[in-house]
Amino acid sequence: MASLFLLNQTAGGRTSPFACSAASFLRGPVEQRVSQLSAVPHPRHHCGAAGAGEKGPFQSDDLRNLSLSGHVGFDSLPDQLVNKSTSQGFCFNILCVGETGIGKSTLMDTLFNTKFESEPATHNEPGVRLKARSYELQESNVHLKLTIVDTVGFGDQINKDDSYKPIVEYIDAQFEAYLQEELKIKRSLFNYHDTRIHACLYFIAPTGHSLKSLDLVTMKKLDSKVNIIPIIAKADTIAKNELHKFKSKIMSELVSNGVQIYQFPTDEETVAEINATMSVHLPFAVVGSTEEVKIGNKMAKARQYPWGVVQVENENHCDFVKLREMLIRVNMEDLREQTHTRHYELYRRCKLEEMGFKDTDPDSKPFSLQETYEAKRNEFLGELQKKEDEMRQMFVMRVKEKEAELKEAEKDLHEKFDHLKRTHQEEKKKVEDKKKELEEELNSFQKKKAAAQLLQSQAQQAGSQQTKKDKDKKNASFT
Amino acid sequence: MVAMAPGDAADGGWAAVTPEHGSSLEPEECSMEPSAMPEEEMPPSVAPSPAGCQLFGYVGIEAVLDQMKIKTMKTGFEFNIMVVGQSGLGKSTMVNTLFKSKVSRKASQPSQEERIPKTVQLQSVTHVIEEKGVKMKLTVTDTPGFGDQINNENCWDPIIKYINEQYERYLREEILITRKRKIPDTRVHGCVYFIPPTGHWLRPLDLEFMRRLSKIVNVVPVIAKADTLTLEERAEFKQQIQADLKTHAISVYPQEDFDQDPDDRVLNDRIREKIPFAVVGADQEHQVNGKRVLGRKTKWGIIEVENPAHCEFPLLRDLLIRSHLQDLKDITHNVHYESYRVRRLNESNRPALSPLNGLPGKAEGSSDL
Repeated sequence: MASLFLLNQTAGGRTSPFACSAASFLRGPVEQRVSQLSAVPHPRHHCGAAGAGEKGPFQSDDLRNLSLSGHVGFDSLPDQLVNKSTSQGFCFNILCVGETGIGKSTLMDTLFNTKFESEPATHNEPGVRLKARSYELQESNVHLKLTIVDTVGFGDQINKDDSYKPIVEYIDAQFEAYLQEELKIKRSLFNYHDTRIHACLYFIAPTGHSLKSLDLVTMKKLDSKVNIIPIIAKADTIAKNELHKFKSKIMSELVSNGVQIYQFPTDEETVAEINATMSVHLPFAVVGSTEEVKIGNKMAKARQYPWGVVQVENENHCDFVKLREMLIRVNMEDLREQTHTRHYELYRRCKLEEMGFKDTDPDSKPFSLQETYEAKRNEFLGELQKKEDEMRQMFVMRVKEKEAELKEAEKDLHEKFDHLKRTHQEEKKKVEDKKKELEEELNSFQKKKAAAQLLQSQAQQAGSQQTKKDKDKKNASFT
Repeated sequence: MVAMAPGDAADGGWAAVTPEHGSSLEPEECSMEPSAMPEEEMPPSVAPSPAGCQLFGYVGIEAVLDQMKIKTMKTGFEFNIMVVGQSGLGKSTMVNTLFKSKVSRKASQPSQEERIPKTVQLQSVTHVIEEKGVKMKLTVTDTPGFGDQINNENCWDPIIKYINEQYERYLREEILITRKRKIPDTRVHGCVYFIPPTGHWLRPLDLEFMRRLSKIVNVVPVIAKADTLTLEERAEFKQQIQADLKTHAISVYPQEDFDQDPDDRVLNDRIREKIPFAVVGADQEHQVNGKRVLGRKTKWGIIEVENPAHCEFPLLRDLLIRSHLQDLKDITHNVHYESYRVRRLNESNRPALSPLNGLPGKAEGSSDL
């Protein structure tokens, strides 16, 4: 009977209710005993969780535990939930921080058993920049949207003071984008493409001594924003005994500097054991390779050297398998959850407090985001209004000043004009006087001239008469 | 099943490619050649468009499903259901039958006398039930007094107020600066409305109620006490109800607008043909053919509750619990809650609901629980 039920559930996708009902009819009376989990059906008394002595999620004094007298069927709930998520697809975003050439791209290829598009970066980058690429992977019925973010140019500059800044900015930008979406009025969170970084793989160079100061500084800046998993890259350059010392040195340095790396969860019984054993091997010493070498009669991923072959998936050779187990097969969901519930919430809290919102104590009246927003908006509008008024006043003042100036100028001009006019009139008068004088003179001259002419003509007449007389005398004398 | 030995990698039949799994190939999958062009450098906050990639071996991504299952089983589920209908329609019995235990308010307060209250009161009872390791916190909200007065005008108001209060509570928690890890979810995920088996058509009260409530919550109408209808009468009644609902543009669960993919649509269409389910509730067992079944014993026979030939209770139970429970919760969260939130945040002039502002009623601490 039980197997029949299971068969229905795993038939893929949703089980048809009709198929279920037929089966349940057969099952109903038989399964009565199955669900008698709580000891005594005591309405007011809460009973412990079935079997385990730990407190379950709903144990509290005001909730009753009831026993079921038959099979109800909500044990398919996790399956329903998982089916829903499967159809929506999962997002997983990994950030790889490490120097150029340390093997980030190769490791990603090896981890996900595929060849991601990438060109190796040069060492000439002027600063650190982040390159994000997304891929869609599918395995059986699981769709994974994987985003791999690379730090290009990390550790290449001469002055590495600001190397960590672009990384922190990128992480914050993803949180910010999610926060913006969450604060929107009309939002669609359920099909939001989550770009927040879920895991940060920090590649430690295999020097064999200790962590570089750049590593310490960067990890310290990142540990409160993202789940850090430190790994030792190119681990085939370190001998086994050196490796052990190196690992313990790194871990002790991390602890003494207060860097909080990601802790594999040990509270869940199913995974506690494996997580605990794996934690001992942190940081994982990995070797990445996409080339296959024939070992025995199988092809395996390995690196071939003249002195031997380093097998990637051999646990004696490197910790790659452990990394893959921890990162993908055991803790992927926990990484996502930690990012959302711890790192994102921290960011959100800081950001909102920065913006001026705050919660109040439980006894005073509850504060709503809307209220604060309104208050701020009004404040802002008030300020805006004040500024507007100020500007308006200033404008008015300036205009007045200008007007006054212009008026002054106008007055000046008028005065000048009047003055000129007066001068002009005086001149004119003078000239007219002179003209009159001249005319009088002219008149008198004309008179004189006329008089003179008259005299002259008289004189001439007299003269001509005289000559005539003379002439006559003359003539008379001749005769 | 989670940890595979590394040697098995190449041989595992994980199949992005094998057709018998039914999964289609990604339309843009990149193989050896760089056919898909992923974006180069983007401004950090823009996610570039994804390129599909083919896996060469088993990676173990599907283990995330198991991880999720374990996590959800650890945190448990919450489910809040409301039953609405006139008194005497068998709401409490139905709820008891659904969850095979005494979850209704009558069971938890056996000494109370049954009186029809003067106004609609809402009473919620919460239980924790567990089955096969899955814990569920079930809250059943009953509405005694609904539709029982002579003048039933606005009898849906307390119900609407209650539902909105739950949304408000959730919204308050959500916009806190320091939020809880898991916000307690008291929002009503499904409202089962009991239609009296008149056999004719929906009454104005039914229509009004369903019209108003289907906008803010998932409404699942059922024909109560269906053992008073013969099969032909039942079919006719259903047809009439479906026609009425269509005429008045009331969209009950499963709503047509929220079907996500064609498979869902096919499934939901089949359900929609059968809505409203004709149910009979019973919490007593009788002997039938040597088996003990839940049923109602009458002089003319025993009506078996879980017999699909007798009544449609199994369909209702499967819909509510076995197949669509998560869907109910999702639609409540993604659609109804979001539209409440939009409305609430758009009311910029309305002051916050708190007693200090002088507004009545919606103080934080009070509830009808």
